[in-house]
Amino acid sequence: MSEPQPLSAGHVLEYTYKRSVGPVLGRFFTSLRDGKIEGVKTRAGRVLVPPMEHDPETGEATSDDWVEVGPGGTVTTWAWVAEPRDQHPLDRPFAFALVRLDGADTAMLHAVDAGSESAMRTGMRVRARFADAPTGGIKDLACFTPEDAE
Amino acid sequence: MSEEQKTVKAIDGPTRLEYRYSPGRASTRFLRGMEQKKILGQKCVGCGRVYVPPRGACARCGLPTEEEVEVQDTGTIVTFTIVRVPSQNIEIELPYCAASILLDGADIPFTALLRDVPVETVRLGMRVQGVWKPDAELGPSFDNIDHFTALDEPDVPFEKFQEHL
Ligand SMILES: [Zn+2]
Repeated sequence: MSEPQPLSAGHVLEYTYKRSVGPVLGRFFTSLRDGKIEGVKTRAGRVLVPPMEHDPETGEATSDDWVEVGPGGTVTTWAWVAEPRDQHPLDRPFAFALVRLDGADTAMLHAVDAGSESAMRTGMRVRARFADAPTGGIKDLACFTPEDAE
Repeated sequence: MSEEQKTVKAIDGPTRLEYRYSPGRASTRFLRGMEQKKILGQKCVGCGRVYVPPRGACARCGLPTEEEVEVQDTGTIVTFTIVRVPSQNIEIELPYCAASILLDGADIPFTALLRDVPVETVRLGMRVQGVWKPDAELGPSFDNIDHFTALDEPDVPFEKFQEHL
C-alpha cells in the first residue's frame, strides 16, 4: 500500500491552575498592584524580597515587619535571552537577572529590558517599571530598566 | 471595594505544554480514511486481531500490523459510564454516556460519546451506529464520527464480546 505523508498537528496540554498565595505573598502582590515593592523582615532583621513565610536560613517564621524597597536595585547576576518565547515576560531580547532592590538583603529573579546584551553587566543599576494595567500578580512588575537609560 | 478585591489571595498559574504531534504512519492512514468516511484498521499477522485505530503493531504479539482492513461504522457497547459531573472544556449536556464501542470487524474497542439515547436505557451488548459529521466538515480526524446512537437491533450476548473488553 502507498504510504501517505505522516500527519502532524499542534497539540496543547494545559492545566488552568489557580494557585493560593498565602498571607505573605498575598500582601506582596497586593502592594505590587498598588505600585509598591515590599519585603518582609526576618527575626534577625534581614529584609527578604520577594517575602517568605519562613527565614530560609533558620526556618523560623518571618516577622510582621514589612518595609518598602526599591524601586531602584542592583543586578547581581544575569543571563541574556536572545530569542524570547511566547511565555516570556518580554517579546524582545532581554535579560533574566537577579535584582537586589535597594533596602533588600536578597535578590529577586526578574526581567531586565536592556535593549542589547552589551548594555548588561553585573553590578549595573536598574529601576522597576510597573505594568499599565495591574492584575495582582508578579506581572504587575513589568520588568526592570537600566537606570542610566531613564 | 470588598475585602476580597483588596487582598490578592490567588494567582493564575497555568501549566501549558505546546506539542507538535505526529500520529505516525499507521494512524495517518486511518485519519486519511476518516476523511472519506472509511474506518481503516490493521490486522495482526500473528493473532489476527484487527486494531482500530491502528498503531502499527500488535500489542500482544509485538508484530507489525501490515494488512489493512475496512471495518463498519456499526458496533456493540462493551462497557460504558454515565457522566454526571461537569468538567471544564467539556460542553456536553449532563448526564451523558461515554461508551466503549467495539466496531463490527474490529477486535479492540474505543471510547465514544453516545447520544439521543436515555442514559437509563444504556446496556452492555447494545447495538449502535456512528453518526458522521456533514461532508463539508470532514477532516483527517476521529471527530468525523460526531457521536454514536442506538440501532434498532437485538442486543449482542455478553459471551460474544467478552474477549474484547
Ligand atoms: Zn497479534
